[in-house]
Amino acid sequence: MKRRDFIQQASAGTALVTLGGLGLQSFTTASKSKKITILHTNDVHSHIDPFGPEDGRNANKGGVARRASLIESIRQKNPNTLLLDAGDIFQGTPYFNYYGGELEFKLMSKLKYDAATIGNHDFDNGIDGLYAQLEHAKFQFVSANYDFSNTIMDTHTKPYKVFQKDNIKIGVFGLGIELNGLVDPSMFKETKYLDPVETAQDMSRILKTEEHCDLVICLSHLGYNYKKDPNKISDLKLAAATKDIHLIIGGHTHTFLSKPTIVKNIEEKNMLVNQVGCYGINLGKIDFHFDSSKNISANGTSIIV
Amino acid sequence: MRLTHLIFLLYFFNLFNCKQVKFELAKIEGEQIQITDTLIASSEIEAFIKPYRNHIQKDLDSVLAYSANTYSKNDGALNTALGNFMADAIYSEANPIFKKRTGKNIDMVLLNHGGIRSILSKGNVTKRTAYQLMPFENSIVVVALKKNQIDSLINYLIRKKRPHPISKLKLTINGNDKIIDVKIKDKNIKSDKIYYVVTNDYLYNGGDNMTFFKTNDSLYVLNYKIRNALIDNFKKIDTIKPVIDNRFIQIK
Repeated sequence: MKRRDFIQQASAGTALVTLGGLGLQSFTTASKSKKITILHTNDVHSHIDPFGPEDGRNANKGGVARRASLIESIRQKNPNTLLLDAGDIFQGTPYFNYYGGELEFKLMSKLKYDAATIGNHDFDNGIDGLYAQLEHAKFQFVSANYDFSNTIMDTHTKPYKVFQKDNIKIGVFGLGIELNGLVDPSMFKETKYLDPVETAQDMSRILKTEEHCDLVICLSHLGYNYKKDPNKISDLKLAAATKDIHLIIGGHTHTFLSKPTIVKNIEEKNMLVNQVGCYGINLGKIDFHFDSSKNISANGTSIIV
Repeated sequence: MRLTHLIFLLYFFNLFNCKQVKFELAKIEGEQIQITDTLIASSEIEAFIKPYRNHIQKDLDSVLAYSANTYSKNDGALNTALGNFMADAIYSEANPIFKKRTGKNIDMVLLNHGGIRSILSKGNVTKRTAYQLMPFENSIVVVALKKNQIDSLINYLIRKKRPHPISKLKLTINGNDKIIDVKIKDKNIKSDKIYYVVTNDYLYNGGDNMTFFKTNDSLYVLNYKIRNALIDNFKKIDTIKPVIDNRFIQIK
């Protein structure tokens, strides 16, 4: 969609949904509605402590202990919440150099992360270094396009995981970036990289038709968009080439978006691509509201971003 | 902290499944919440982190060496005391490892001026100093280069006229940028010799436009970070007192 068209349609939509909002509220009292909250981070890069007051760019931002209390308060409001990370958990502060990722995984477990995918920097201590820290991770690693079968990581990741919250099924699958040329081969060893588009098409089909998921979420470390290298696969390209994915949570490019991007998928249906920069400075929050079908007027789902 | 209020209508996602109660996606709301100091930190998480943090702080601040003066990468024209120290330190730490693995010796070192990220202050030198000088995770690589590439490397240095840290290379140019003398390990550069040049993986991959590394005979990855080599060097020396010398000079 051209940007100008989007803005026009979007501003036209403002009035519409403002009116509709009152209508929805009246429905919710009449019958049950459900809300699934998806919280997400990416490229935290071992930033456990907040940036100091002297930091030139991110003074006083970030910090795991603050993120913990924020997540806790959101969970108290809506227990039907998933917490996800899109990779590059490792590397960036002495915490990683000293403890090899142990503290990162332990804290993510304490914050009750549900799933994460694997970023290129998660291989920085080699695939053996990643494996060595797995015992500290009480959450699932999902990766559908890294074939680890000839490596020590074999059986320690899943292509996807299905979560059930308030009887809504949420399928989360993971995608990683091409490692060749980015990571030293001695680090990733015999990890095979599979085509992300084909993999995503398989995953969305399995999650929708076999697992009967109501929501399909892709945790991607492919990168948001490569303007200088338009042929390189990215979240925006993946979104346009696939179907039945509601949300791509991205990483790798450390992209700070002011809001999630609405992208048309291959069936011309709108879906969301989001990424929240890096270093734990932001937490992404996407709420999916479900209504019993009789309450949905005119076959419309509104996206408010 | 809702950042945006753009609202969008989308056609219905046909999401129904075969369960008894049919719930359908009606609305999606997205927002981004900044983690700022207005949020109260979880005391439980904070208490969990604390011993890890204390250990790191203590270790980072333990004294390894002493710096005789304050050195900046900006003091000096074509070579600087701080750059010379770093290049020489990388040579002395990397060469024994390279020799043990390959039986060969390193011929010279080339790092980049921009890769020195802080001054070296007079007084105690700690691991933290190494993190300040080299916060990046770049690793040492050894690239086997022939005379052609060495010539390109030298031309690059002459063209840029920046005090990129070098070691074991000696280069003298005149006021017209013509080479008066160039030597590697005190010897003339020969066309039939392979030169083993130490750099970091960032420069090897073309960082700072150092494109001459890509056409090489072979690459040796030492799995040894620049920062760790500096730390190892700090441990070996008592007092750091590098000088600006004549390794790269212009005679006008």
